[in-house]
Amino acid sequence: MELFGVPLQALLSQLLLGLVNGSFYAILSLGLAVIFGLLNVINFSHGALYMMGAFVTWMGLNYFGLNYWVMLIASPMVVGIFGILIERTMLHRLYKLDPLYGFLLTFGITLMVEGLFRSFYGVSGQPYPVPDALSGAFNLGFMILPKYRAWVVFASLAVCLATWFVIEKTKLGAYLRAGTENPKLVEAFGINVPMMVMLTYGFGVALAAFAGVLAAPVVQVSPLMGSNLIIVVFAVVVIGGMGSILGAIVTGLGLGVIEGFTRVFYPEASATVVFIIMAIVLAIRPAGLFGKEK
Amino acid sequence: MNRNIVNKKTGYLIALIVALLAPFVAYPVFLMKALCFALFACAFNLLIGFTGLLSFGHAAFLGSAGYVAGYALRSWGLPFEAGVLLGTAAGAAIGWIIGMLAIRRQGIYFAMITLALAQMLYFVCLQAPFTGGEDGLQGVPRGKLLGVLDLSSDLTMYYTVLAIFIGGFALIVRAVHSPFGQVLKAVRENEPRAVSLGYDTDKYKLLAFVLSAALSALAGATKTVVLGFETLTDVHWTMSGMVILMTLVGGLGTLVGPIVGAFIIVSLENKLGDLGNWLADVTTIEWFRTLGESVTIVTGFIFIVCVLAFRRGIVGEMQALFKRIQGNAGALKEAGS
Repeated sequence: MELFGVPLQALLSQLLLGLVNGSFYAILSLGLAVIFGLLNVINFSHGALYMMGAFVTWMGLNYFGLNYWVMLIASPMVVGIFGILIERTMLHRLYKLDPLYGFLLTFGITLMVEGLFRSFYGVSGQPYPVPDALSGAFNLGFMILPKYRAWVVFASLAVCLATWFVIEKTKLGAYLRAGTENPKLVEAFGINVPMMVMLTYGFGVALAAFAGVLAAPVVQVSPLMGSNLIIVVFAVVVIGGMGSILGAIVTGLGLGVIEGFTRVFYPEASATVVFIIMAIVLAIRPAGLFGKEK
Repeated sequence: MNRNIVNKKTGYLIALIVALLAPFVAYPVFLMKALCFALFACAFNLLIGFTGLLSFGHAAFLGSAGYVAGYALRSWGLPFEAGVLLGTAAGAAIGWIIGMLAIRRQGIYFAMITLALAQMLYFVCLQAPFTGGEDGLQGVPRGKLLGVLDLSSDLTMYYTVLAIFIGGFALIVRAVHSPFGQVLKAVRENEPRAVSLGYDTDKYKLLAFVLSAALSALAGATKTVVLGFETLTDVHWTMSGMVILMTLVGGLGTLVGPIVGAFIIVSLENKLGDLGNWLADVTTIEWFRTLGESVTIVTGFIFIVCVLAFRRGIVGEMQALFKRIQGNAGALKEAGS
């Protein structure tokens, strides 16, 4: 069976790959948006922390014999604590300054973290096996669906929707949204805002690490895996705008799918298509698809 | 006030004499490379320091100009001046396109957009046939200046680069002190206010962006001619980060800061291996010997230190110190009378 002159099987598998990449875009841009909302900092180190999430998973297996499922919880926690340390020791000194300084600080952290991993592990990727329960594939008749890829899309969507639910529908989320609007007033109501800021950063970073764990078996675990991704995620954030959580999820997935299709029809542009879309969106609707112009 | 101007003039004069004598003391190719980066950093500073726009994509202008100039000189056999001018024009044109898109958003978004568009250009350079991909563009000839002076002599080349640098720097100084520069400062301090005063701030921002891109491109084209090759390093985002670091170390928004910063960072890159060996000898931690290959760790560390504790940069701190001393002296005089 063919569609637009491309075998359906190839088209669908690229679509799935696009959804997998889109899931990573969605989780990472969600984390960026949550952090930006409360801290007013664009966390450049998000990509490096995603890489760390994958590396901690790899280390867990190779040094301590901890399997994938343990690391799925442990790795975001380890990286989350690392994030909290960054927030407590460095970031919190910059809140009163121009947000550009936060961007530059996290850029410096990115360089250091990446450089350190590179000096110990080199640039070549480390393979990570797919966990036994998820190896193999479903045969759906019209396509072969690798179980692990299906799991990545499912797990990311679940985490994104859970985050959306917590922020939009629970009391904790209400505090968070109030803190985004007016931190001074929220503090006056007796809520420990600095604590909330710290935990928010830790949570956003843990989301990045979670994406890293999911990515470990599909991409090679390498020190450079984060920095190329984060720039695409910035473009995703510019396209979607950071005002809406569901907007971030939809934009991330959608762009992943578009990228997948581009890889089928015009592979030369697959690395640049997201940036081209960003340029078009900026020309037509500068505030982004889901953004509000302040 | 008057004495200040005289001081400044003697300062520039001393700097000029040092620059003229420098190639007899230091390695000319190193000096030329540092001068190119100094011009690059000064051009970048025109945006961040005097207009308040953080561009995270300046490597795009440096690198694309390098490729265009290198290709024109090597494959078309254009003379030196035409090649450099063509590279500069190409960088300015790319700056105009990126600038048009980026100024549609403010603040932190501006940084993300410039970064993303520059990354797009990186992928274009990676895939385009004329850049040589991963190998880069090799064997760019230096040619002759005005068809007469042979630039393959390092000394002739050095004075040419110095002249280009002084020309670029003078243009920046002139722009900053002109009415145009004052409007840019107004945009930096309070953009809505500048708009309400009747200035079309978008036009001024775009003009500043294109000027900065063109001067970065001039630096990039010159650098390619000096070194004789151009690689993907110059269009990569780490290069955009490097120019931010140079400006930050030297002092954001000071005229000479970026020059100081560029010389420090370029020397550091050159000497990092020796520094690492020395540290390994002193501390007996063998890992330091690999420091030469881990430039990013050190640059990342400097970034963090600068942002946390040293935001005014070297020249900015010195100016602040100078003002404090002068202030104290003034206060003493007043108390005395």
